[in-house]
Amino acid sequence: MTAFIFRRALLSIPTLIFISFISFVIIQLPPGDFVTAYAAQLRQSGEYLSAAQEAMLREQFGLNDPMLVQYWRWITNIVFRGDFGFSLEWNAPVSTLIWDRLGLTLAISSLSLVFTWLIAIPVGVYSATRQYSFFDHLFTIFGFLGKGTPDFLLALVLMWIGFAYLHIDVGGLFSPQYQNAPWSLDKVINLLTHLWIPLVVLATGGAAGLIRVMRANMLDELGKPYVETAYAQGLSERQVVWNYPVRVALNPFISTVGWSLPALFSGDVITAVVLNLPTTGPLLLKALQTQDMYLAGSFILILSVFTVIGTLVSDILLAWFDPRIRYA
Amino acid sequence: MTDQALPAPAAADAAKENLYTARPWQLVWRRFRKHVLAVVSLWFLIILALSALFAEFVAPYDPFKFERLRTLAPPTAIHIFHEGRFVGPFVYGLERERDADTARVTFTEDRETVLPIQFLYRGHSYSFFGLFQSDLHLFGVDDRREQVNLLGTDNLGRDVFSRLMHGARVTLSAGLVGVIFAFVLGLALGSISGYFGGWIDGAIQRLMEFIRSIPTIPLWMGLAAALPIAWDPIIVYVIITLILALIGWTHLARVVRGQFFAIRNEDYVLAARLAGASEYRIITRHMLPAMTSYIIAALTLAVPEMILGETALSFLGLGLRPPVVSWGVLLQDAQNLRSISLAPWLLSPGVAVVLTVLAFNFLGDGLRDAADPYGQ
Amino acid sequence: MDTKAPMPAERLLDLEDVHVHFPMREGLVKAVNGVTYHVDKGEVLGIVGESGSGKSITARAIMRLLPRNAQAAGGRIRLRPRTGEEFELSALERNSRAVRQVRGNHIGMIFQEPMTALSPVHTIGDQICRTIQLHMGLDKRAARARAADLLARVRMPRPQQMLDNYPHQLSGGMRQRAMIALAISCNPSLLIADEPTTALDVTTEAQILDLLRELQAESGMAIVFITHNFGVVADIADRVAVMYLGRIVETASVDDIFYAPKHPYTRALLNSIPRLGVDQGRRLPTIPGMVPDPFSVPAGCAFNPRCTHAVAGVCDVETPPQRQFANGQSARCHFADTFAEAAHA
Repeated sequence: MTAFIFRRALLSIPTLIFISFISFVIIQLPPGDFVTAYAAQLRQSGEYLSAAQEAMLREQFGLNDPMLVQYWRWITNIVFRGDFGFSLEWNAPVSTLIWDRLGLTLAISSLSLVFTWLIAIPVGVYSATRQYSFFDHLFTIFGFLGKGTPDFLLALVLMWIGFAYLHIDVGGLFSPQYQNAPWSLDKVINLLTHLWIPLVVLATGGAAGLIRVMRANMLDELGKPYVETAYAQGLSERQVVWNYPVRVALNPFISTVGWSLPALFSGDVITAVVLNLPTTGPLLLKALQTQDMYLAGSFILILSVFTVIGTLVSDILLAWFDPRIRYA
Repeated sequence: MTDQALPAPAAADAAKENLYTARPWQLVWRRFRKHVLAVVSLWFLIILALSALFAEFVAPYDPFKFERLRTLAPPTAIHIFHEGRFVGPFVYGLERERDADTARVTFTEDRETVLPIQFLYRGHSYSFFGLFQSDLHLFGVDDRREQVNLLGTDNLGRDVFSRLMHGARVTLSAGLVGVIFAFVLGLALGSISGYFGGWIDGAIQRLMEFIRSIPTIPLWMGLAAALPIAWDPIIVYVIITLILALIGWTHLARVVRGQFFAIRNEDYVLAARLAGASEYRIITRHMLPAMTSYIIAALTLAVPEMILGETALSFLGLGLRPPVVSWGVLLQDAQNLRSISLAPWLLSPGVAVVLTVLAFNFLGDGLRDAADPYGQ
Repeated sequence: MDTKAPMPAERLLDLEDVHVHFPMREGLVKAVNGVTYHVDKGEVLGIVGESGSGKSITARAIMRLLPRNAQAAGGRIRLRPRTGEEFELSALERNSRAVRQVRGNHIGMIFQEPMTALSPVHTIGDQICRTIQLHMGLDKRAARARAADLLARVRMPRPQQMLDNYPHQLSGGMRQRAMIALAISCNPSLLIADEPTTALDVTTEAQILDLLRELQAESGMAIVFITHNFGVVADIADRVAVMYLGRIVETASVDDIFYAPKHPYTRALLNSIPRLGVDQGRRLPTIPGMVPDPFSVPAGCAFNPRCTHAVAGVCDVETPPQRQFANGQSARCHFADTFAEAAHA
């Protein structure tokens, strides 16, 4: 098992390197560079940089070096010093801007992952064991609707419902009066009335797909002889279903956790923009709009790294969960 | 007595005979027809595609023309009876009032003016793809001031239905073009991967895993944001579809690769090889035909991904930009709560997105089931 | 026949006129079409038939484990296990408490595919212990000890370690042993073995048959042994029932079946078995024609189109009744009496 984890972890290193490289390319992609952007910013406040000053700055930041050298400087700064570069827009180091937002993104994403599972597993099992029943059809329709509805549209609609029919304050994580208030029960309740929309939005998209996966897996497994064996032992339907086929059908499920993370992060970015949540989404969008590339690149890098880690964890979980892989 | 056949009705025999000699695509079509939802979806998409193609004809008004006096007008109700008398489909005129307190404009029906809806109506003239000039529209009302706005108007008084039709052209074609790009990439890399196997397969697999492990929307955003704002809308459109395809090809490649692996080991491929068929002949005559139906199904399922991607990017302002009209661009108008609660009909492009994506999913599912030779 | 008649004292299982139908788009399939047989205590009944003759479906009807699209369309199935209580299985709901008490406890079942009949993600021990704990009310430790005992009884090497193995770590024969241990884990009165050796190679098959015989002798349980192989039946059964298209066509002791078959189908089947030293160099006789498709079962005797003795106007019109003989043999053939003599002549 240790050897397996070690080997699997080793395999993800090239992926990580590749990801960092792509992120760096994205940072470099817009025309102009850091100094051009800096000069443009100064111009807005009425200051001007002479061509000589610009050249000097370029020399100072090493912007004339070959791209690989710049990449190496950028990545070593991140790995060894936690220095992600400088955000011109915010006039602050990137590292001071991103961490609490990332934390919130992670928190919301993992909460919605849990939420997704809580919906998808029982519904998928139900749909498979009561195939073609009324509720199976209903869940199927919901599943397709969930898959077909863009996250931001669902967020908009839920916001509208909350605002126009439930008369609750929507958008953001807190109502204004709680924004800076110390923690209290009311504040937590206030948080929950705001949090349900992003959770529902993110969980619906994921659950819609997973319900289909779970249902298909379960239908496959329910037809297998070991299920009949289990019935022949005198176990009740509930015992049979939850102990045997569900246990097997969960395997491919676990292996897809890694894949659902990118979707969750993507969903979070766009939902947060609509709902104005203080997660990575709005900041990333703003950074891209203002071409604040160090900030944007860092977000893309870190989100991707988390995805790789998530995939790694799900692979290890799968090996721990499925004896056929563990002993293969 | 020995070979006594069991008497069976002649008709059943004929049907069976028919089934045995049917060509593969006939069988696929026969199975497909049993999928009611898929067939309905197919019709929906055909009608939608035709409307998008002939948007100028279907749309009653110019999608860019402002109407200062009809801003945020609600959808026009269509009536059939006027004061208990049958008139046929018609609309009433609109009365515009400004609330003295809130300064908000409200519209009420003017029950005096009856405006019958005319089909094949001659309205504003347009140029159809630069091919010819026409002023023929599917429907309209004959009045200088009044309009029929099936889905209301936006905050500049533009007819939302007309914009939706023109947006369909951009959004659907972006989806199709994106899928074609992705298809070329996916088919090429997927079949190379599946046919040669070995380290080539390994490398392509790693690349696919890598692309799948990056959250798509941030990556799209990152790439799209690098496009200069000043670029020509057509170039932006092409680049955006390319960006969508660059990330979307992996799924197709996986399908192709999986099929290649499965079919490569089929006995009939081995038989062809033993019979001395060349590699080229095996791939083109034996393997690709067996895969086409799966590939078509996978392509159909890939279109909605592209449409959702375009919509999301444009919605965020990083994809297509006005004056280009796409469903994502249209949804930008519905970005804040105030406009939605004031004019919920601005969400109609969203409904169009959902319906279209659903239709593609149903169609793709139906095709996939029909393509499975062992399916019911 | 009086359906209210009480079961004789030695009777363990009794099937009367059992029907199972499958409604399909193409028509109604009568997979089991009036099956009557019985099993006495401690007896091994072999059931022989081609694929599709309904032998497995009948077994599942006993266990109330029919597929969801099947209809139990009549007949009576009664069971009186060692404990003396009587279950009318045919009257019980598919997943009722009483049926679950019978399954695994009074009736154990072995399936054809040892590769897939055990859960791939649970250890052998877990699967056996679950059944033991369910029916015998033992605690974890006692159940585990019993499971190890059982594995030893089915001649598994290193039973203690085997408890913690997963099925994919075992060979086919070992898996079938584990399956048998699972089936007999609660001392059932009846073991239903549905083609337990079909998927195994010949040597393993012989070992498994030996094992079943030993276990049967030790515990005195009865076995219903379903197979398509007459050779296996000769090896293990006391009595044999031959099935064709959803009906039992002949029932007899194993000797009578082999030496004095009273139904043309049984005879034709026996003739198509290759034998050492007999008729060397001659083509093996086969049964003419094919098994009719289940939607158009021939009228009259279902076997008549393929029967070399069929008489037009009788066999293709009237369904033959069951003929009872003094030695306990019975056959569903219009000419059962004369046929036997003609065959010997």
